[in-house]
Amino acid sequence: MSFDYQLLPVVPELVLAAGAMVLLMLGAYRGQGTTSLVTGLAVVLLIVTGVLELMLPAGKLVTFGGSFIVDDFARFLKILALIGSVATLVLSSEFLSDPSRRIFEYSILVLLSTLGMMVLISAGDLISLYLGLELMSLALYVVAASHRDNAKSTEAGLKYFVLGALSSGMLLYGASLIYGFTGTVSFAGIAAAAKTGSVGIVFGIVFLLAGLCFKVSAVPFHMWTPDVYEGAPTPVTAFFASAPKVAALAVFTRVTLTAFPGILPQWQQIIVFVSIASMALGSFAAIGQRNIKRLMAYSSIGHMGFALVGLAAGTVEGAQGVLVYIAIYVAMTLGSFAFILAMKRNGQAIETISDFAGLSRTNPLLAFFFAMLLFSLAGVPPLAGFFAKFYVFVAAIKAGLFTLSVIGVLTSVVGAYYYLSIVKVMYFDEPLPRVDPLRLEVGTVLALGGLFNILFWIYPGLLVGAASAAAKSLF
Amino acid sequence: MTTWPILSVVTFLPLVGALLVYIVRGDDEATRRNSRWIALWTTLITFAISLILVARFDPAVTDFQFVEKTNWLASGITYHMGVDGISLPFVILTTALMPFCIIASWKSVTVRVREYMMAFLVLETLMVGTFSALDLVLFYLFFEGGLIPMFLIIGVWGGPRRVYASFKFFLYTLLGSVLMLLAIMALYWNGSTTDIPTLMHTAVPRSLQTWAWLAFFASFAVKMPMWPVHTWLPDAHVEAPTAGSVILAAILLKMGGYGFLRFSLPMFPLASHDFTPLIYTLSVIAIIYTSLVALMQEDMKKLIAYSSVAHMGFVTMGIFAGTMQGVAGGVFQMISHGIVSGALFLCVGIVYDRMHTREIAAYGGLVNRMPLYALVFMVFTMANVGLPGTSGFVGEFMTLIGTFKVAIPTAFFATLGVILSAAYALWLYRKIIFGALVKPALMSMKDLTFRECLTLFPLVALTIWFGVYPKPVLDMSAASVQQLVNNYTSAVTAVKAAALMQ
Repeated sequence: MSFDYQLLPVVPELVLAAGAMVLLMLGAYRGQGTTSLVTGLAVVLLIVTGVLELMLPAGKLVTFGGSFIVDDFARFLKILALIGSVATLVLSSEFLSDPSRRIFEYSILVLLSTLGMMVLISAGDLISLYLGLELMSLALYVVAASHRDNAKSTEAGLKYFVLGALSSGMLLYGASLIYGFTGTVSFAGIAAAAKTGSVGIVFGIVFLLAGLCFKVSAVPFHMWTPDVYEGAPTPVTAFFASAPKVAALAVFTRVTLTAFPGILPQWQQIIVFVSIASMALGSFAAIGQRNIKRLMAYSSIGHMGFALVGLAAGTVEGAQGVLVYIAIYVAMTLGSFAFILAMKRNGQAIETISDFAGLSRTNPLLAFFFAMLLFSLAGVPPLAGFFAKFYVFVAAIKAGLFTLSVIGVLTSVVGAYYYLSIVKVMYFDEPLPRVDPLRLEVGTVLALGGLFNILFWIYPGLLVGAASAAAKSLF
Repeated sequence: MTTWPILSVVTFLPLVGALLVYIVRGDDEATRRNSRWIALWTTLITFAISLILVARFDPAVTDFQFVEKTNWLASGITYHMGVDGISLPFVILTTALMPFCIIASWKSVTVRVREYMMAFLVLETLMVGTFSALDLVLFYLFFEGGLIPMFLIIGVWGGPRRVYASFKFFLYTLLGSVLMLLAIMALYWNGSTTDIPTLMHTAVPRSLQTWAWLAFFASFAVKMPMWPVHTWLPDAHVEAPTAGSVILAAILLKMGGYGFLRFSLPMFPLASHDFTPLIYTLSVIAIIYTSLVALMQEDMKKLIAYSSVAHMGFVTMGIFAGTMQGVAGGVFQMISHGIVSGALFLCVGIVYDRMHTREIAAYGGLVNRMPLYALVFMVFTMANVGLPGTSGFVGEFMTLIGTFKVAIPTAFFATLGVILSAAYALWLYRKIIFGALVKPALMSMKDLTFRECLTLFPLVALTIWFGVYPKPVLDMSAASVQQLVNNYTSAVTAVKAAALMQ
């Protein structure tokens, strides 16, 4: 029965992969008319995958000789990534309903990218890490350019691909260095071999982390983010900002904490630098932005900086902080992008912030939810974003990273300025004509994201407890 | 005996009211009317329930009463509510002033009434929560959460420079508070709990005390506000709608003083002792400098705003004197200032509603047209000056006595402020009320309406009552203040004795 046992942990991934193939066949044989059917089935498939993931036996399951790990950490983040993907597909339905954009491949690519994320999250060695990362990224490059007759979208896809390929190269180079100096690719093996940080290993870590920083769009590897966010179709941007970030941050955390626990001081200073630089750039560069999607790009850079604050601590609390942060971040981001998708006047998407003027009078509920999401992104209590920041900074303080914490909270004040500026436009300025009526699915995602943020304080225990269990499974 | 969570009910009832206001539907006029009435009834019922707190409160007990505790966040961070003699007066002040704010906005707020009432009710929840939270994280939640509704109140219903004022208010306060948040985390790390009663009895290492004190100071000094970080206050006051100014002056400013009493003195006694000269200096500068600045103002609200800064200087001076009279006087001065400055802003609002200007030069001779208004305004002006027989006198006098006992030069310079406050307050009164009624626009001014009397007369009664008979407030807080002062003194003397031994 060893065969069953070997494949049991990967059953959700197998179902997802097989399902994606079936849907591909369906689309290929029936033509582009099946787009909405394929999208609907893709959502069902993702939900089934999530249910299967939760039905796996409890505890730590390892297969393929240690290169695929299913623990509480993986379960937590996989569910989160699946939620992000499902929400993206739901938000994409309007984009795909346009006759000129009936592309069923879109949903298939999202499925394959999600499959890559799940492999990435469960990666137990450098090989499966790379496999997952590339599967995820290659699908993303294509999705970015999915608006085929739009120059900006194509440019975004190309830019993302070129820079992504570069970062994959760096990551591979780092992985090869680490393999060369430790003689193994498995994280557990590396941890055993790398008790002291030789120059070679440190070089390897630097390159590896550079590649990962690219994927989470942390400074100084963030340059692609604003252009890709702005150029890609909005549902795709929502996808970029949510699920892949979950997966990339997951592997970031797993690699640093399980493969290099012995040489914490070596990589800690890299993370501290990246974190400070991301928070600062995310806060200051966003101030001048006029386009909401570019602003969200800088905002996400800043938020990745905050999430990395928890990782810099290198402790269980830190990992827990990262997990809470990314979960709340996904909710905030999906809600915000649902709002951005809802902003249409006479069928034209509006992306300039000043065009939201006076929204609180023409669409009070819409404006209210987005304002709450913005306050949450700024980290103002009692909204969820505050708790996200709270846990990472608690971990940083406990680890004695005072400078990082002080700089972090100060940049969050700077960040609050640009979030407030949007609230100001919506609430204080004279109203412009009404926006188009809200679509049901967009409204649902916005309301769920908004309510989650507003009501999180009432019962934070569920998420925090799950994150705590997930973080403990890494140590 | 209390089987129902009375404190949580008082805290969250306004939130329920806000939800009720939200579901009000109908045409514009009906929505407006219903929102106002729901808001008024909510605040009145909340006030009535908060009076049960007073009735059941045992002033002889120094511990926290009406305590509620349930699991909330991670280990050591609980939902813990309770009041003692220091916080209860502020809770009552909040619930008592809210109905006045709603009535004061009855006619003057005509746009987006529903949202306005919701913002005020949410703000009430957050303010009451701030004063009754017994967990640092919970406290921070309420303390900071108040920024959101206040930001919207200033920004949406404010005057011409409202955007600037609301941003300044929000960012100044946030900047101070995030540092406090770090200190809260450091305390959590040190004692692995954020439970306030536990932390009060936990000795905090000396070096952490210093840093944590400075971080808390950053937040409370901005909120209070102390010189030199007071500059957001005049802007916020001038631009906020009348009721917003009332809340800002009467309650939000008190959070700073309350914070010093609740956290700085009991948790960091040694650091508080070390930094007392700093506080004295800033307080005296605030008292003298901002009084002088107030003399030069052309806008009524700005003048009162600067006088608030000066009065808060007395509070900080009294609190950090660390004597029984000083601390009790600080508490009393805050309550008194809450009533008096709130009432003064209401008075300004009344003439503003008629003339739509707050420029002092635009008025003069109002006594001829508005005798009743002149009388009411006089009572509050005298209370602002600190005339014996008004509540303003008791607070100022007690803080000065308390300070005299430990720091005579400080008290000497602070006493100059009493003279200066008489100068600017009487000057304001003379410019507006007395003189010849020559300006044509003022000829048609009407005296106080019934609604305005309803808001002002109870406050007049309270001002004089507490001036003649301050015992109710002083008794309520006496035991808690005594315990606070005892703990503070013993902590400081223990260190001094230890230093002498060496």
